Amino acid sequence: MPKHKIMTPDQSSGRELTFEILKYNPRDPHSKPHLETYKIKETPGMTLFVALNMIREDLDPDLAFDFVCRAGICGSCGMMINGRPQLACRTRTADYPDGKIRLMPMPAFELIKDLSVITGQWMDGMSKRVESWIHSKTEHDITRIEEPVEPDVADATFELDRCIECGICVASCATALMRPDFVGAVGLNRIARFEMDPHDERTDADYFELVGDDAGIFGCMTLLACEDHCPKNLPLQEKIAYMRRKMAKVK
Amino acid sequence: MKINYCDALVIGGGLAGLRVAVQTQEKGLNTIVLSLVPVKRSHSAAAQGGMQASLANSVMGEGDNEDVHFGDTVKGSDWGCDQIVARMFVTTSPKAIRELANWGVPWSRIRKGPRKVVINAEPTTIVERDEAHGLINARDFGGTKKWRTCYTSDATGHTMLYGVANRALRDDVEIHERKELMRLIMEGNRCYGAVVRDQITGEIEAYVARATCIATGGWGRVYRTTTNAVICEGTGQAAVLETGIGTLGNPEAVQFHPTPIVPSGILLTEGCRGDGGVLRDVDGYRFMPDYEPEKKDLASRDVVSRRMMEHIRKGKGVPSPFGDHLWLDISILGREHIEKNLRDIQEIAMTFNGIDPADPGPKGWMPVRPAQHYSMGGIRTKPTGESPTIEGLFSCGEAACWDLHGFNRLGGNSVAETVVSGMIVGSYMADFCKSQEIDINTKLIEEYLEAEKAHLDEILARPEKEGMTIFEIKRRMQDIMDEKVGVFRNGKDLEDAVDELQELLRKSREVSVRYKCVMANPELEEAYRVPKMLKIAISIAYSALLRTESRGAHYREDFTNRDDLNWLKRTIVRWTDPNATLPEVGYEALDIMQMEMPPAFRGYGRKGQIIENPLSAKRQAEVDEIRKRLEAEGKDRFEIQDALMHFELPENYKAKNERLGVGYA
Repeated sequence: MPKHKIMTPDQSSGRELTFEILKYNPRDPHSKPHLETYKIKETPGMTLFVALNMIREDLDPDLAFDFVCRAGICGSCGMMINGRPQLACRTRTADYPDGKIRLMPMPAFELIKDLSVITGQWMDGMSKRVESWIHSKTEHDITRIEEPVEPDVADATFELDRCIECGICVASCATALMRPDFVGAVGLNRIARFEMDPHDERTDADYFELVGDDAGIFGCMTLLACEDHCPKNLPLQEKIAYMRRKMAKVK
Repeated sequence: MKINYCDALVIGGGLAGLRVAVQTQEKGLNTIVLSLVPVKRSHSAAAQGGMQASLANSVMGEGDNEDVHFGDTVKGSDWGCDQIVARMFVTTSPKAIRELANWGVPWSRIRKGPRKVVINAEPTTIVERDEAHGLINARDFGGTKKWRTCYTSDATGHTMLYGVANRALRDDVEIHERKELMRLIMEGNRCYGAVVRDQITGEIEAYVARATCIATGGWGRVYRTTTNAVICEGTGQAAVLETGIGTLGNPEAVQFHPTPIVPSGILLTEGCRGDGGVLRDVDGYRFMPDYEPEKKDLASRDVVSRRMMEHIRKGKGVPSPFGDHLWLDISILGREHIEKNLRDIQEIAMTFNGIDPADPGPKGWMPVRPAQHYSMGGIRTKPTGESPTIEGLFSCGEAACWDLHGFNRLGGNSVAETVVSGMIVGSYMADFCKSQEIDINTKLIEEYLEAEKAHLDEILARPEKEGMTIFEIKRRMQDIMDEKVGVFRNGKDLEDAVDELQELLRKSREVSVRYKCVMANPELEEAYRVPKMLKIAISIAYSALLRTESRGAHYREDFTNRDDLNWLKRTIVRWTDPNATLPEVGYEALDIMQMEMPPAFRGYGRKGQIIENPLSAKRQAEVDEIRKRLEAEGKDRFEIQDALMHFELPENYKAKNERLGVGYA
């Protein structure tokens, strides 16, 4: 985390930043993947959201990238920043002392163009595969007072529900790069989330059916780059280990 | 020619659109959702503080019910809302939140016994009832009489969106991502779907449906400083304007949130103040109680934003390279509370400003200044969600002017509106689909597709010329809106704004693009979007110029009174001539004699600045008389309400709501 308030006017700014950005449109037969270099002047408190828009507006109107909330909430802007997968909107240029930043699209996802990749379909596939919804046979009358839930259990469920499906855990996962059918930390965390939720009536055997194989819970090699890079600091290591112990006991 | 057919077409994949889609799909209709982005990335995810529903579980919510929520909402709207719609909303909201709990939204729950809270900047202990243990909790929010805002930490929109999106996946709702609405397909005054552009391939295709619902969110990005996501550009509303038949309601009703952080404009939830945080000035002085002795920091948003700007104008702002600002202090809530209930706020302040708001004293204070946040106005609809002028077109959520919010929306009523209107409008839309067969000539669809392709080809073929780029035009529009159509408005600035925005619209229609590729071309996308955004910006500025009174968030320095005599009416905007640079503006009267709650003082904000309508007193006397008579007859509150202002709702939503200790009373 940065140490200084950006509101103080004595912030360093006006440096020249050098961006190297991968440019490639796989749908255009004339396009060849190459790195394009852009130089811009740093402004106070600059994030990659500000920098990339400046490059597009002033230097290259053809540059493709994705942002939605620009506040670290929606998970749209994962990209490889000097080799690490991060949310671009939360990345500050001031944290790069030499002013050199190289941007590449996240691996493991289909490339649209330049820095823009298709994460949505991957995540919807994952959600359908782990059946990422409440399974309940109980009929609820919504005019009645809701079922009570222990406050600590609700909080623990919320903790795991904070995942924003940004894909950074997938982009940083060696298993996911070798096995395209691996469900990823995002999918295993989702299983742990529903296992925690008292509204969901599924059993361990049900979850085993969904992820009890090498494309699921047993595919993880515990390299844990997922947890290292998760922008929401989810306890992925602990939850994968917990689910693996549970799944190993099924049958 | 690619033509997709479905029963129900929903454009917009945020909370409102997804909730409509779940409704129509579960009623057996083949439903397709179109979204600019993966639906879980919609701007709904950024709603932080919570959702209002009168559950009355917490001891601080005891005595709450639909009537209290209704009163708060009408006062909040400065009597600009449709009271029928407000009644529909408050009756359904408790059901919506309980439904979401069943769908897996992990609402924060009540723990029985003593709980430490901060009220009016003082540490206080409240004691929760044993029987409330495990029920859905609520926090305080601005402009409300009770603690009514239910939450999951400060990520409420995120958990709600995931709950509803996962439900849509469960139901096999078809979701088509990276599809952009270009134009509605119309024959006469009947809408048959939409012409859509695939943002990856650039392909133009048609979606034909029995009914179409627009749920594309707000238009905040016509302003430069806004809390809104970059996709909130108002192109859904513009598509309705461009039919020449559809109408917008109250575009001038724009909300400015008191506490976006400076300079990024990222929102810091009202929950900061709801949980006990306070505003401070350059001297560290808590100034709001001086202006608003009763509600203090928790008056409605329009009032707090104006008081802040007023205080800055008095020289009490904190100077900075980004202009004067004030401080938001939540350090008084303590680190434990912040790291549990305001953790995204802490993360935002640390990431974007290097401030840990849990640090005690001035070190933890966060720089804030009001900025654009919400569009109360939008696509005009009937209480059923259907356009009054276009058959087969529905709208809900922030995109619509349903009109729940009038001239000011209460915090916590927007995510609530998304799901509640999704349930209600989705029901009426399903009924409509079932009652309609469509009969459309594919030749008409092909003409629409050809026209749209020709439009894009024409943009790409424009000769290179000197002058503003489309990015510069967009930025200038945003700056004009910030500077001249903001918290404080006046005739001179608004006239200037309308003139210059029209000039920009003319320029935008001739602008050339440097790259000629039809697919994934960001500059081409701006070139067709910005003229649509300018139509919205002009509608806002022009309607604001014509409304010579101050109501809710619309404040005129040259007409400071709320004028119930002349202005108790809704602005209706239509754009019939596609080559015009101004829309036609008309008005729809609000009938005081039909209101359950006739106009009065809100209880906060400036006193004695209302030009009263004599009908208000007359109707109030009538309401009092009816209430007194029916109470004497032993009628209950539902029967009295029905006598004052009858409203319709689908039966399952009209049902009474159970509450702790009072049952269905």
